[in-house]
Amino acid sequence: MSETPVSKIQLRNVEKRFRSARGDQQIALSRLDLDIKAGEFVCLVGPSGCGKTTLINLMAGFEKPTSGSVLIDGEPVTAPNPDHIMIFQDYGLYPWRTVLGNVLFGLQARGVPAAQAREKALAALEMVGLSQSIDKHPHELSGGMKQRASIARALAVEPSVLFMDEPFAALDAFTRLHLQDELLRIWTETKPTVVFVTHDLDEAIALGQRVVLMAPQPGRIQKILEVKLPHPRERTEQEFATFRKRLFTEFHLVHQQAAAVEYQI
Amino acid sequence: MRSWLENYLVPLLTVAAFVLIWQVAARRYPPEQFPAPSDVVLAIKELSDNGVLWTNIGISLARFAAAYLMAVVAGIPLGLFLGRFTRCHRAIDPLIQVLRPISPIAWFPLAVLWFGIGNAPAVFIIFLASFYPVLLTTISSVRGVPPVYLKVSTNFGAGAFLTFVRVIVPAAFPGIMVGLHIAVGTGWIHLVAGEMLGAQSGLGFMIVDARNFLRTDQVMAGMLLVGLLGLAIYKAMKTFEKAIGRRWGVAA
Ligand SMILES: Nc1ncnc2c1ncn2[C@@H]1O[C@H](COP(=O)(O)OP(=O)(O)O)[C@@H](O)[C@H]1O
Ligand SMILES: [Mg+2]
Repeated sequence: MSETPVSKIQLRNVEKRFRSARGDQQIALSRLDLDIKAGEFVCLVGPSGCGKTTLINLMAGFEKPTSGSVLIDGEPVTAPNPDHIMIFQDYGLYPWRTVLGNVLFGLQARGVPAAQAREKALAALEMVGLSQSIDKHPHELSGGMKQRASIARALAVEPSVLFMDEPFAALDAFTRLHLQDELLRIWTETKPTVVFVTHDLDEAIALGQRVVLMAPQPGRIQKILEVKLPHPRERTEQEFATFRKRLFTEFHLVHQQAAAVEYQI
Repeated sequence: MRSWLENYLVPLLTVAAFVLIWQVAARRYPPEQFPAPSDVVLAIKELSDNGVLWTNIGISLARFAAAYLMAVVAGIPLGLFLGRFTRCHRAIDPLIQVLRPISPIAWFPLAVLWFGIGNAPAVFIIFLASFYPVLLTTISSVRGVPPVYLKVSTNFGAGAFLTFVRVIVPAAFPGIMVGLHIAVGTGWIHLVAGEMLGAQSGLGFMIVDARNFLRTDQVMAGMLLVGLLGLAIYKAMKTFEKAIGRRWGVAA
């Protein structure tokens, strides 16, 4: 491939419907377009049920669009791909494996020779600050450490895209802030494309170069906000507050619309 | 201190109280009808001295081990397969659901017809009693593997074989252990039944034999030993389970 595609991830006219148990169709995502550049950090925010998980699952290949196209590197996404790793809110760590064993899993799946795999796994664990806990089992770790381990497992296979679906939502505020900073540091060092789902507006502004605000019923993009602040961001700065205000105003609109739709029914 | 009290002393006192009440109550009846604990202890000694007891215990344990192992060896692979391949499971499930409620004892006439008198019918009944718990818990453990485990495995590009061996089997393992545990219980209970019905040896036979000679003390001795051995097997299983649990990284 000589020409590099304009977008790392390209969604065109994407629609996703689910058939409910009663048989009627529900439009989870409606005619959605989105372009994400290589190395970009994009946050998807929106109220619960607006289709954030559906959207990220489409990009990661866990779901197929009902219509429209999802391309990564110019190729249609048909299945999950070891070059695009998803990080889940509930970590998805294997309890019977140690931290190191979990990080090794992805490398073993790829058939990386044992010595080399170990080296890569240890480097990834070093990067997330878990070098002291490699022989522990997941149940011995705090929530924050578990998420670090699952990030290390992803980093070890050096993916070009990281999909993260509310990865810090279950953590306490202090751990969450800390992991946000850690994630930014790792992103700056390794520069993967990051698609980060959150329902926390502050988290979105702290992390994203762009914040995609979604609206429900049907799931769609309401507004894309460019956060032109350099990383690392000072959360207490004036400019940060300005972006925050803009996003909250938009979010408020989304809520009003959603409420209006509900009252009509 | 407190745990020692709760774990050993209190249960010991309960047993002591039970034996005492039994001893006092038994005095009101003739020993052929309701033997006292002291009679039972003497009966155990008598059976032990003439060697009958040890031979029968050995035979019972061997039958139990053989049948239980067969149930495990058949039940786990079949359960893994049916748990993984939903279509096959759906096809075979009605058959399982019809066969399962039939008590292993009801199979006895056929078992004797097919296998004759001796070890085989007893082993067959213990096998049936252990097989279903192993099979059904294995199936449900495989089906109960959290979807996120499989998503992770697919995402990292693990093939079907690697996913099965390195994800599904270990994820289902704790559930399968529960099934193995239940199967020890049901298998052991049916051991006595199997041996009472058609065998010429073993603890179950010993109990029937004693009844035919109106040796109620020996009947109770047999019952007591069945209980104690069951407890011992259960405890051994628990220890094994804990050791496995530690290796598996789940809090014991
Ligand atoms: N597998 C599914 N089957 C049926 N409906 C679904 C399924 N997944 C999601 N939905 C529906 O699609 C909508 C969007 O869900 P989701 O993407 O999980 O939203 P979010 O992650 O923003 O909370 C919801 O109304 C949800 O009920
Ligand atoms: Mg979601």
